[in-house]
Amino acid sequence: MEYEAVIGLEVHVQIKTESKIFSGSRSGYGYEPNTLVDPVVLGLPGSLPVMNKTALDGIIKAGLALNCTVPDYCKWDRKNYFYPDSPNNYQITQYDQPICDGGFVEIEMEGETRAVMGSHRKVALTRIHLENDVGKLNHFAEDSLVDYNRAFTPLMEIVSEPDMHSGAEAFAFLTAIRQTMIYCGISDCDMEKGQMRADANISVRPVGQKELGAKIELKNLNSITGVKNGIEYEIKRQTQELKKGRKMTQATWRWDADLGRTELMREKEDAHDYRYFPDPDLMPVRIDDEWRERIRCEIPELPFDKQRRFMQQYDIPYSITSVLVPDWELSEYFERAAKQMPKWAQAIGNYVTNDLLRELSDSNTALSECKISPDGLLSLVEVIEKGVITKQIAKDVFIEMFNTGESATEVIERKGLKPDFDEGQVKDWCQEVVDENPRPVEDFRSGNDKALNALLGQVMKKSRGKASPQIVQGLLKELLS
Amino acid sequence: MMSAELYYKSASELSGLLNRREISSVELTQSVIGRTKAVDDLVQAFNSFDEKNALAQAADSDARRNRGESLGLLDGIPVGIKDVLAVKDQPLTCSSKILADFVSPYDATCIQKIKRSGAVLWGRLNMDEFAMGSSTENSATKITGNPWKLDCIPGGSSGGSAAAVSAGESIVSLGSDTGGSIRQPASHCGVVGLKPTYGRVSRYGLAAFASSLDQVGPLGRTVWDTAVLLQSISGHDINDSTSYKVDVPNYVQAIKQLKGRKWTFGLPKEYFESASDTASMGPVKEAIEFYKSIGCEIKEVTLPHTAYAVATYYIVATAEASSNLARYDGIRYTHRAESFDAKDSVDIYRQSRAEGFGNEVKRRVLLGTYVLSSGYYDAYYLKAQKTRTLIRRDFEEAFKDVDALLTPTAPSPAIKRGAHSGDPLSMYLSDIYTISANLAGIPGLSVPCGYVDGLPVGLQILGKPFKEDEILAMGNEFESVHNFKNEHPPL
Repeated sequence: MEYEAVIGLEVHVQIKTESKIFSGSRSGYGYEPNTLVDPVVLGLPGSLPVMNKTALDGIIKAGLALNCTVPDYCKWDRKNYFYPDSPNNYQITQYDQPICDGGFVEIEMEGETRAVMGSHRKVALTRIHLENDVGKLNHFAEDSLVDYNRAFTPLMEIVSEPDMHSGAEAFAFLTAIRQTMIYCGISDCDMEKGQMRADANISVRPVGQKELGAKIELKNLNSITGVKNGIEYEIKRQTQELKKGRKMTQATWRWDADLGRTELMREKEDAHDYRYFPDPDLMPVRIDDEWRERIRCEIPELPFDKQRRFMQQYDIPYSITSVLVPDWELSEYFERAAKQMPKWAQAIGNYVTNDLLRELSDSNTALSECKISPDGLLSLVEVIEKGVITKQIAKDVFIEMFNTGESATEVIERKGLKPDFDEGQVKDWCQEVVDENPRPVEDFRSGNDKALNALLGQVMKKSRGKASPQIVQGLLKELLS
Repeated sequence: MMSAELYYKSASELSGLLNRREISSVELTQSVIGRTKAVDDLVQAFNSFDEKNALAQAADSDARRNRGESLGLLDGIPVGIKDVLAVKDQPLTCSSKILADFVSPYDATCIQKIKRSGAVLWGRLNMDEFAMGSSTENSATKITGNPWKLDCIPGGSSGGSAAAVSAGESIVSLGSDTGGSIRQPASHCGVVGLKPTYGRVSRYGLAAFASSLDQVGPLGRTVWDTAVLLQSISGHDINDSTSYKVDVPNYVQAIKQLKGRKWTFGLPKEYFESASDTASMGPVKEAIEFYKSIGCEIKEVTLPHTAYAVATYYIVATAEASSNLARYDGIRYTHRAESFDAKDSVDIYRQSRAEGFGNEVKRRVLLGTYVLSSGYYDAYYLKAQKTRTLIRRDFEEAFKDVDALLTPTAPSPAIKRGAHSGDPLSMYLSDIYTISANLAGIPGLSVPCGYVDGLPVGLQILGKPFKEDEILAMGNEFESVHNFKNEHPPL
């Protein structure tokens, strides 16, 4: 019998805000433990939550970017459970009236090769709601300590429908969400910093069966690759169990990335009764068209849209866009240069995705601190395209520009890289080379195109590498025709 | 020369004396401290007090006044604080063992406001643990006596706040009222107590019992004193989303301006039907006759869903409480059990809460947990919310015909200590006249209106939302021709 997996994801994304979701306390990562706290964050007697409107803006933006409906009304509920990382032992969340309904995420599967665009599809969302994050437990040999810095960071929960079928799809889903959040400036989605976290619900059933199999919730998926590996492992495990004729029961498992396997955390019987009820401390939120439209205007062009446009508008290959687009800043950098000279877009794209990325990475520099401006890069491409310098020389010019911030012409002037001869001189050298090398000339004339390279090399040598190979090639062909 | 009796003067009179420099705040505060030391062994109203701190505040007030920078009517007047409000660097116990060692690092909004009014914060007043109860017997700290008869209860949960004002251990005080916790003890101790409209006073810094019902409010020996204290704590607060953005009238002026107005009062039929077994009805009826005699109109009104009020209240209040009290868990600032099973992380909660909470708190947390649990939510919590809406509409309907309602504050005067022990339901039923105001969110005032068997009895005036000025004026009308405010317990 054939089996298939059905997967739904619950993705938690922290919203990047100055202050916390229900308190004026500062939000952040990497601070001394328990320094980003106040009476609300610590759950002191008498403290009350107050809604941070910026966090609401963030989730509305996320919802609109992910094609959700944002209803006119949403409310807050308490989810009651005891855990030391929870200051009040209840979480403020949205139970039955979330801020975003429905929606979908466009995902791209891996293509056959890196140069080929993969297939696209839409993964349906159930909802997105907002809640407070909890603190962090740190375990030591003798005891455990709680750091409440993270507590009350605004946290979105993006819940998908059971609409995926493989670890690869889950991987693509998370990647798409991550890029969308970064593009919209909602979150940096750094999984190492806990800014994005995912749990998966996985069930396996015989192909053709309508009902879903028993739901296994998979936790502790700490990276996008972890999600993919964990899910793939779990699908295999469940399929094997079913093939052995065993029945699956609803339970929570955890992924152990080090051991590369999943292990049982708790059975369904231990499931919590969260005793949800409307939070009496907070007023419901009313959202009108004006608010929605204000946020809609802040949503930039989204990654897949930009990628399709780049390929069409600049006629550049998928392989370049797939490097440019995931990095919003890089794609903006590219476009600032490319839109001035669309016919050189591919050359610009190549420089950005190869030389520029390499130098940034080697020198550990952020793009925002890069000394070559998009205009500077354009000046370099211009002198190459116009045959002023060769690509070989351009490589050195680029590095000079990268180090000094000078324009291409400035570097060429300063280092004397500009050819100190005119086209007549090049013609003379060509004639000399043709005269001095009868064998290759003969070969070329009898149909061996490669023979031209030998002649070209001789001319380049005479020019000390400064002549433009394209021009030399043209002249040689003229002489030999 | 008058220093010995200062503690029994009203804030209005004291404010005049202070302004004319006939007394200083230090003298006044010393008088209140002296009185407290003399009688609190009997009354047991205070969980704690800090004499030096109070005298320092008083000295600051005097200095301000001498510089001509008096902050107003409350500047230099001692205000007792129920031990449920957060005061920076002071203990906040909620009369519970679980918070026995907690010191608040911040001020409640109403405390900040009182500080800005120059009042002298005076002591921490006893209460039923986490404000759960009507007798102050559910305190883990001590048992407060009724100053009029020490073996009787002072009422509750703000029993300490009412007893202290009644006994001259404070001039005015702050309490909190979730189902009658200001009005009922005020009635029992012969003082004035007001529960403001829900949203009138910020709850920020009030340790929550039932968030949708709790309000902070004033107690005093006169309506005027109560009005002045209400003035200083009222108003919208950005730290409390449920506080309301409406203007706060000048209550003292309103009392004057509204004097002599011919009000129309409603008598809720359902409250008076069982009048025969309501011991406190006699003085209340006389008070009603008084209003008639000054030309007010009295009408019968109906609040048809009254019978469901107590049940509704105990579902809503306990549900919210079960969640609100979850934070007292033995992990951070609360009492932690000495021994617990270190291998079982839940055991730290179990042991600490078992030791830290008293029986009434446990009973309510259990009840609240039950009514919210899956499968019961619709039958209890949801139904109670619907009933609550009906109860609120009863009042809206009644207020179409009348300005305010007159009722007894409590079914009987203060009962003997221990009379309800072992029978929590009979205690719950003693809130029958006060509970509906919390469910409906409307303001209520209790004014002393007479005695039954030597114990004071209060008249309750229930007003329209945000019409505290009106019920204060109505109460003042009665008070000004009676002498109850000058009658003190035999201590």
